[in-house]
Amino acid sequence: MAALAGVDFTLAKGEIHGLVGENGAGKSTLMNIIAGVHPEYEGTMRINGAVVKFRSIRDSLAAGIGMVHQELSIVPELSVAENVLLGVQPTNRLGLIDWKAMYREAEAQLSRLGIRVDPRAPIGRLPLGLQQLVELARVLFSGARIVILDEPTSALSPPEVDVLFSLLRRVRDSGRSIIFISHFLDDILHVSDTITIFRNGRRIATAPARDIDKAWIIERMIGAGHRELEESYTGEIMLNSRPDAQVVLTAEGLAAIGAFRDVSLQVRAGEVLGIYGFLGSGQLELARALFGKLPIAAGTLRIDGRAARLRSTAAARRAGIAFVPESRRSMLFAQEPVYKNVSVSILDRISRLWVRPSAEREIARQHVGRLQIRPPRVERRLNTLSGGNQQKVALAKWLTHLPRVLVLSEPTRGMDVGAKDDVMTIVRSLRAQGIGVVVVSTEPETVLSLADRILVMKRGTITREFANEVVSKDRLLAAA
Amino acid sequence: MSSPPADATIRNRTGPTMAWLRGQLRNIAPFATLLALAILFSVASPSFATFDNLANILQQVSVTGIIAVGLTFVILCAEIDLSVASLANATGIVLAFFTAQDASVNIANIPLPGVAAVVLAVLASLALGAVNAFGLTVIGIPSFIMTLAMLQIGAGICALLVRGQIAYNVPDFIATLGNGAIGPLPWIVVVAAVILLLGHVVLTYTRFGRYVYMVGGNREAAEYSGINVKLILAAVMLVSAVCSGIGGMLGVAHFGSAQQNEFDNYLLDSISAVVVGGTSLFGGQGGIGNTVVGLLVLGVLNNGLDHVRIDSFLKILIRGLILLLALIINVYAQRLRTREAAAG
Repeated sequence: MAALAGVDFTLAKGEIHGLVGENGAGKSTLMNIIAGVHPEYEGTMRINGAVVKFRSIRDSLAAGIGMVHQELSIVPELSVAENVLLGVQPTNRLGLIDWKAMYREAEAQLSRLGIRVDPRAPIGRLPLGLQQLVELARVLFSGARIVILDEPTSALSPPEVDVLFSLLRRVRDSGRSIIFISHFLDDILHVSDTITIFRNGRRIATAPARDIDKAWIIERMIGAGHRELEESYTGEIMLNSRPDAQVVLTAEGLAAIGAFRDVSLQVRAGEVLGIYGFLGSGQLELARALFGKLPIAAGTLRIDGRAARLRSTAAARRAGIAFVPESRRSMLFAQEPVYKNVSVSILDRISRLWVRPSAEREIARQHVGRLQIRPPRVERRLNTLSGGNQQKVALAKWLTHLPRVLVLSEPTRGMDVGAKDDVMTIVRSLRAQGIGVVVVSTEPETVLSLADRILVMKRGTITREFANEVVSKDRLLAAA
Repeated sequence: MSSPPADATIRNRTGPTMAWLRGQLRNIAPFATLLALAILFSVASPSFATFDNLANILQQVSVTGIIAVGLTFVILCAEIDLSVASLANATGIVLAFFTAQDASVNIANIPLPGVAAVVLAVLASLALGAVNAFGLTVIGIPSFIMTLAMLQIGAGICALLVRGQIAYNVPDFIATLGNGAIGPLPWIVVVAAVILLLGHVVLTYTRFGRYVYMVGGNREAAEYSGINVKLILAAVMLVSAVCSGIGGMLGVAHFGSAQQNEFDNYLLDSISAVVVGGTSLFGGQGGIGNTVVGLLVLGVLNNGLDHVRIDSFLKILIRGLILLLALIINVYAQRLRTREAAAG
């Protein structure tokens, strides 16, 4: 299937054009073509009426197209001025950098955009919002007439978003054009002049922002034919929460610097708690904090009613918390055999001084059988297994001595349907055994298909709880 | 899963032997080097391949071997300890400092019974190792820098204790272990063999050893598995310091003197032994078996070059080139495995 099919897209001079669509809808592919990242495509592209064909990013930059990626391409150790003028630093007669001129010029250019910041400050120490503005300024100074912004607001606080938007409007009014990609529909509606919706590699609709609303967009993003592609959980599902079940984990006012704040939640035995939010909303960091990997700046955590201070992942494991991160690479030992991967988290329970490989193999064999890991050979080096099977090994680690709380981050990301089903089966059986499961994801399907209760996170705080009610993907998206 | 099983079978059949050989490159290459060097020197010099000379070689690599055991632990964790030779020197001097010296030796030493001197020397090495561990795990100083500072501190302790003098006496039983022999076998070779064996047993058969490999193989995964990574790192720094200390005490006995800068060559020698043997500088791969082969490569090389009477200046260059070759193989072997992992 082509990532894009028969897409017409027109960007007017002096407009802010919002682009929305689910992950994989084709927004990024189109932007990569426009920015010269993907030189292979069919169709034609015109700038000011002249046909262009970009073979590299350099070509598109020369044609006046600049892109600000979600992952900023700043150099955090360098000063604001150095970042703004990276590659075009003013030099003196000897060819050395003229520092005074550089600071002066950077300050002048930034203040013209209404950004007031010390050009000598290392950019990495500035708040993220300011860093983003500086990066945007750099793209503008490089002569861009068209600026593409990918998810610029996901990590910003509301006041920072306002500053960004007023800057974008000023840029627009100077006759330049902006393409604004975001999952945050409120932001898109607020700042855009025109909005285009993508789904399954096609452009579904384009409309002036003042004529449409959030529900109209969501309807077109998800689409009527969608139900055939995804499974039943894209429709409405009833959450059967268990408010009477015993609480195993309580968090009150948890905060981690730069990630999330004021998070209070309860995890109950035999319940799957889903935490959903866009990338950068803080839920992935929350999962790490619950496992002692990310230091908690404020708030308290109780496990089975007892206060727990998780100074390390080892402490979290002893307290009865288990964690499977979103990246298999950071959970597994690629060069080691399957059985050593399975036993690593329980070595201290099955052996004291000496390791007992025969016991480890026996335990691994049980899991390999029960989880249907293929091939069923515990001596095989882990990296010879397929991705889905590796994910099962990552789960198997925690299944010998069951934890009280199992935190799963993006448990089905990048999996085919069969492997997803297997993971769901495992999670349901764990729930049946009375474990509190927390599923954290940026994909609504993952949360909807697994959770009994759903929390939605937005910009680092919990904004909505769905419990004992009917929920659907569009309601989830609307809350995020 | 989605990929049909036939697919996997085909891939396995394209050359399991080649795949195995590629995976074993880091173990095979040092062994082949050792074999090649041994044959080369045996042909070039009739005095090389004799039992006496073999005993010589073993004796020459013993102190390096003891130090290299601890260093193997550290390098398996993808860290480095540059203070090993300095700590060996300091521990040897502490031992001599607490032993009665001849009247001609003009240092303000404190004579104690032999056992007490040894205990104090071991405690000294442990304490210095604990500083390394603290700096690495609690403060978060990279081991390269932390142990570089410790190298200086160790040298400073040596200088302060002997003040330019040379001490000759160590407790009797240490002197025997360092310089005596049982029959044809020098005690120091026996001690080195025992410590190497002990290191191998700990790494292969104990829980701690397993954790060392796991932390070195993928530190993030170790942490996400609930292993106390910092504790393991602290422990390997202590193991390294104690091995250096033992090497230092026996070395002082073996050389018959304790003085400043006595062990300067041992830092590069012990790192070379570990790396030439094929233990990965990126951690997680290798072991004491590799270190033993690395030690023998270095021993045969040093000793053999003496037998063929090569220009001693050229000798230094040749050692450098061999080390470079080993590093190239080390990095290349790592890349092969990583590529395989990416394909698998």
